[in-house]
Amino acid sequence: MNTVGIGISIPKKESNDKVTGRAKYNTDHIRPELLHAWMVTSIYAHARIKSIDLAKAYKITGVRAIVTGDSCPILCGPAIEDWSPLARGKVRYFGEPIAVVVGDSEAIAKEAAGLVQVEYEPLPVVNSPAQAFQADSPKVHEDLAIYEIVQAGTIFPQPGTNILQHVKVKKGDLQKGWQESEVVVEASYSLPQANHIAMEPRNARAEIKPDGQVIIDSSTQGPFNIQKFISKYFKLDNSKVTVRAPLVGGGFGGKTTVHVEFIAYLASRAVGGRPVKLVESREQDMTSSPCMLGLQASIKLGAAKDGTLKAGEFTLITDVGAYCDSGSEMARGMAADCSGPYRLDNLHCDAYSVYTNHTFVTAFRSFSRLSSTFALERTMDKLAFALGMDPLELRKKNALRPGDTSPTMVRLNKNNFGNLEACLEKLKTLINWDEGVRVELGNGKVRAKGAACLWKTSSSSPNAHSSAIIIINDDGTLNLSVGAVEIGPGSKTCLAQILAEKLRMDVNKIHVIMEVDTSASPHHWKTVASMTNYMVGNAVLEAARDFIRQLKTIGGIVLKCPAEMLEVGSGRVYLREDPEIFVDIKEIGSGYQYPEGNAIGGQIIGRGNFIMPHLLPMDPSTGRGRLGPAWAVGAQAVEVEFNQRDFSYKIVRAATVMDAGKVLNPKGARGVVMGGMSMGLGYGSREAAKYSTGGQRENPQLRTYHLLRLGENPQYLVEFVETPDINGPYGMRGIAEHGIIGIPAALANALSAAAQADLDCPPLTPQAIWQACKGAGK
Amino acid sequence: MRSMLREGFLELDVNGEHRKVVARPADTLLHVLRERLGLTGAKPSCKNGDCGACTVLVDGWPIKSCLMLAVEAEGHLITTVEGLKNTPIQKSFVDNFAFQCGYCTSGFLMNCHALAQIHPQASYATMREWLQSNLCRCTSYEEITQAMENVLLKT
Ligand code: FES
Ligand code: FES
Repeated sequence: MNTVGIGISIPKKESNDKVTGRAKYNTDHIRPELLHAWMVTSIYAHARIKSIDLAKAYKITGVRAIVTGDSCPILCGPAIEDWSPLARGKVRYFGEPIAVVVGDSEAIAKEAAGLVQVEYEPLPVVNSPAQAFQADSPKVHEDLAIYEIVQAGTIFPQPGTNILQHVKVKKGDLQKGWQESEVVVEASYSLPQANHIAMEPRNARAEIKPDGQVIIDSSTQGPFNIQKFISKYFKLDNSKVTVRAPLVGGGFGGKTTVHVEFIAYLASRAVGGRPVKLVESREQDMTSSPCMLGLQASIKLGAAKDGTLKAGEFTLITDVGAYCDSGSEMARGMAADCSGPYRLDNLHCDAYSVYTNHTFVTAFRSFSRLSSTFALERTMDKLAFALGMDPLELRKKNALRPGDTSPTMVRLNKNNFGNLEACLEKLKTLINWDEGVRVELGNGKVRAKGAACLWKTSSSSPNAHSSAIIIINDDGTLNLSVGAVEIGPGSKTCLAQILAEKLRMDVNKIHVIMEVDTSASPHHWKTVASMTNYMVGNAVLEAARDFIRQLKTIGGIVLKCPAEMLEVGSGRVYLREDPEIFVDIKEIGSGYQYPEGNAIGGQIIGRGNFIMPHLLPMDPSTGRGRLGPAWAVGAQAVEVEFNQRDFSYKIVRAATVMDAGKVLNPKGARGVVMGGMSMGLGYGSREAAKYSTGGQRENPQLRTYHLLRLGENPQYLVEFVETPDINGPYGMRGIAEHGIIGIPAALANALSAAAQADLDCPPLTPQAIWQACKGAGK
Repeated sequence: MRSMLREGFLELDVNGEHRKVVARPADTLLHVLRERLGLTGAKPSCKNGDCGACTVLVDGWPIKSCLMLAVEAEGHLITTVEGLKNTPIQKSFVDNFAFQCGYCTSGFLMNCHALAQIHPQASYATMREWLQSNLCRCTSYEEITQAMENVLLKT
């Protein structure tokens, strides 16, 4: 039997298209009737718009329309309605879209955009989260008090300030915790904003058909989300908006929100609904569209002499930039997971989101958990040092176990948490921890290792849901249709593997439909939060059960026996007691024809759905609640070779051990984890959004914003522990984001050990390390 | 002398075919390949020479097509990813999981293919130097390195 399903490294279904240039991304649709749009963006971080003069721009031949914020007086946003697709009255960040020009070609639109004259009156800027907090700081939003809150009980703005969100998590008796603490450490951290840099810049096309049907084609992780928001804010019936998402050239969370789609829609509306294409330049993608949040954190941890954690206090201030988007939600997620995967019975966490005059933010791989993890895991290393304890030992001693509770009082069990101790144990061997954290190599060089643990649950809406449809073809192969978008990690292939396993059928006989079309595809919440294989996978399993039931019903008629006596496998329905008595599914999948010529049945269509059970919003005063169904946990380490003379370093090895529950596609899983690690090393070592004193972005290009390049990658060591989660398809856990989470912290821990200085503010460039050492008098 | 502003005819040799296209003198090769010839394998990403997503071959050498004017390409042999047919590097990329989203893949493939043709026994240092001109945000580069090494001849 040629059954291929889970646990096998089959290449991605769309592989051949991707190596021949045939894979079509959203920008690849080139049609002569398309008009092209270009955005006019703010050159100030904070300024009043005194006037916009379009006269010169309209003189360019081929300009069809220019839209400014005044023609679209709406405020929108997923959590609080504080954002206008095109700025009105004032601009709040450098790069903010002010107008959009529609022309016959991109060159025309761009030329005209350069001639739009905006007169500004610059205002003082809020240039850091610390400044945002000061009582006398300028206010980014004067109207905070009157903004509509979309999800009451999840966001707590403080009108008259720049504070947009304040989340409190309280557990145990903090007073008692401090009394029991024999060693206390306290430290502050500052982490910059950064960019997603999906290689395909954000882009969308919009058109409005004569019957009013709106069609949006977007490079998005959330087509159903776009449908929801475009219909909501432009007062259209949900079904009047169709959103299509082809293959997406990377997302990393940056394509979960609705941004350029609004602007493309406005552009199309201005030209009578003609199709308009809007593609951001790399610079616009880095400054106009949302980026990753910044964080200012203070953490105080107390422990007994034996290392047992007793108390923790956390202040996390997230720099969400000029608008909320999902910034307030990320603060909640960080607060809910503030303790890391450690048992901490007495804790207080205050997590804030503050407005600044920086680019606004949205989800970033791990929902920005890498930032809070950095602060926590650096503090754990400081605690280990103060205790004179091995850093890995300290982590193991405090590792959460089934029976413990999370900061928001979710009781942990093997299913919703997994086995962190096993990960730590494996990591220790994998990275040869016992050879020593710091080894002098002579010649001014030092080798050092640092470690960090990770955990993350998703922040899903309590009613997030997914569905799946299976259709059989005449040749007995199947088409699987789901609402998840293929953004790179190979989810569609994994879903085919889940289906193949359930039907015990060759995965090559399962076709997956790559494009998502909200008018034809079954629903999926959003392709985010590492939840695709979990949620859609469960829907696929449900659809497979439905499919099998139908096959057996008609199989029973053909084989003249009750359905209960039958099994499905290898493309057949057969008698359990004698597999040689069977009927091929292709004989019955589209109706069965008796030898006499008459027929029964019809095409078999399997359908299934899944909705997230048992999620509970967090209590506003204690944080009690449940944001996501389960955590995935893991342990990571980085080894560096550090040059004490010039503070340069080489990242030698990076290791991850993750509890994956069940690895669906080993090579794919390894690749996704390494990809996350690579991003984490980039953020830890070089990536940062740099703002001038006036709040203008200084490095909005790949020439000045550096990513890791080939050859700078260390040796990667990746292993998995498999503690099944009974609620995940075949026991799997969502791990697609998690590779990034502990890596910046592990890198900083390694470098801090190497340089014998506290390196608490990434990116850790040689210059930053030199400065920290100088500060420490070394 | 071609007018600096007016559109005009260009003759390009692309993937073994002689093609006549209308283009502006200011149009980049990337733009003309995609918008005029429908060869969308070469990808726009930074349009500034920083990422390599737009890499094509000009007379067998990798060139960032966002940095080359289409008029400059006249009289040269251009190969895009659509012109690669069953090459070892394509198979190697699939076997080694050397892409996730695939957006950087065409550019990497062109660069890797040229390296295999020009320096079939390239050392690690040479390979690194060549491939550093391309960016990938999804993978860790380990997979791409492996895919490349598997098609270079072992020395
Ligand atoms: S698009 Fe040409 S190098 Fe980036
Ligand atoms: S595979 Fe996505 S950028 Fe390389």
